[in-house]
Amino acid sequence: MAHTAHADTNSGKKEIWRVTIILSVLTLIELAIGFGMYLWLKDEGFLRHFLKGIIIILMLAKAFYIVSYFMHLGHELRNMIMTIVVPLGLFIWFIIAFLYDGNSFKELRNTYDAGYKERTTEKTHQGSTEGKHDVKDVKPQEKSSENPGSHGGGH
Amino acid sequence: MSTTVTTTGTKWWSGGRSPFNVEYGKLMMWYFLMSDAFTFGAFLIAYGTVRFSANGWPDPNEVFQSFPGLGNGLPLLFVSLMTFILIVSSVTMVLAVHAGHRGDKAGVIKYMIWTIVGGIAFLSCQAWEWTHLYHEGAWWGSNPFANHDGSTGHQDFTNFFFTITGFHGFHVFSGVVINIIVLLMTINGVFERRGHYLMIEKVGLYWHFVDLVWVFVFTMFYLV
Repeated sequence: MAHTAHADTNSGKKEIWRVTIILSVLTLIELAIGFGMYLWLKDEGFLRHFLKGIIIILMLAKAFYIVSYFMHLGHELRNMIMTIVVPLGLFIWFIIAFLYDGNSFKELRNTYDAGYKERTTEKTHQGSTEGKHDVKDVKPQEKSSENPGSHGGGH
Repeated sequence: MSTTVTTTGTKWWSGGRSPFNVEYGKLMMWYFLMSDAFTFGAFLIAYGTVRFSANGWPDPNEVFQSFPGLGNGLPLLFVSLMTFILIVSSVTMVLAVHAGHRGDKAGVIKYMIWTIVGGIAFLSCQAWEWTHLYHEGAWWGSNPFANHDGSTGHQDFTNFFFTITGFHGFHVFSGVVINIIVLLMTINGVFERRGHYLMIEKVGLYWHFVDLVWVFVFTMFYLV
């Protein structure tokens, strides 16, 4: 292996910088989208979900560049790549099945658990920011002991 | 020449050579990382499942919005810093592996030191963030942050946050410890005597994996 390393020393360095720049730019785009959503798109809706989808695609692109170039998996033998990548295909089922299940559980509870939807969506804070500042100096232990009280109080 | 021929038609499985043309330890590191990916995947999917089953969830921009010395109202800023620290330390790790290929001991030492500095910087940032959140009343079993719609915050928000960033932070910590051990071995000339710096590659794989996991954790907790 040692003798090939010498020839591609320069191209290897170039590739490292190229991938570094790609990763940084992708991260900056992600942050710009995240910040844009914070400033102008507070309400849940199609556009927000669409932008979140773009962020997830950018995340997968970053993962590809890290694994393929930084971890050099792209340079290994195809058979070895397959023994690592094919088992990870389980994630496709894993993600779809579990998120679908979670969503279904929500729908079932909202439909059949009396008062569940009202209980979990009633406003208990003026705004999330102010609600946060109220408890600024409260220790976690005290906070957790007051939570069940405020929760059960309404019912 | 014989060890690097990868021409088509080579009979990898006829014996006498490594079928994947890769060192045993490195291959096992890959399989360990694959299993670790499933562990992190299970954590993140559990988080996603609970989030999908909840009517409300806190807005990360309202929760993670502080920067040491600059105060509140600055969403994404601190976590961007943490992300770039990890990316940069990943780059210095690649450069260390690269120096190892050339047998450049001084280069390996230099870049390993920078990688360790990056790892410690990341851990310090995380320690600050955890402390800050703790003082705001957030901990396992205690979520002071209201949901996006103003309803009482979902209890599992902080449970998942601390468990998953904690598990990732534990990986960063072990990575730093392993990097320090390998740095000391490099300084003592262990790899020079061995004739190759493959250990740097294996440690590098682990370190990049830690960065890779952060890409997912960062996106899932702070962005979406």
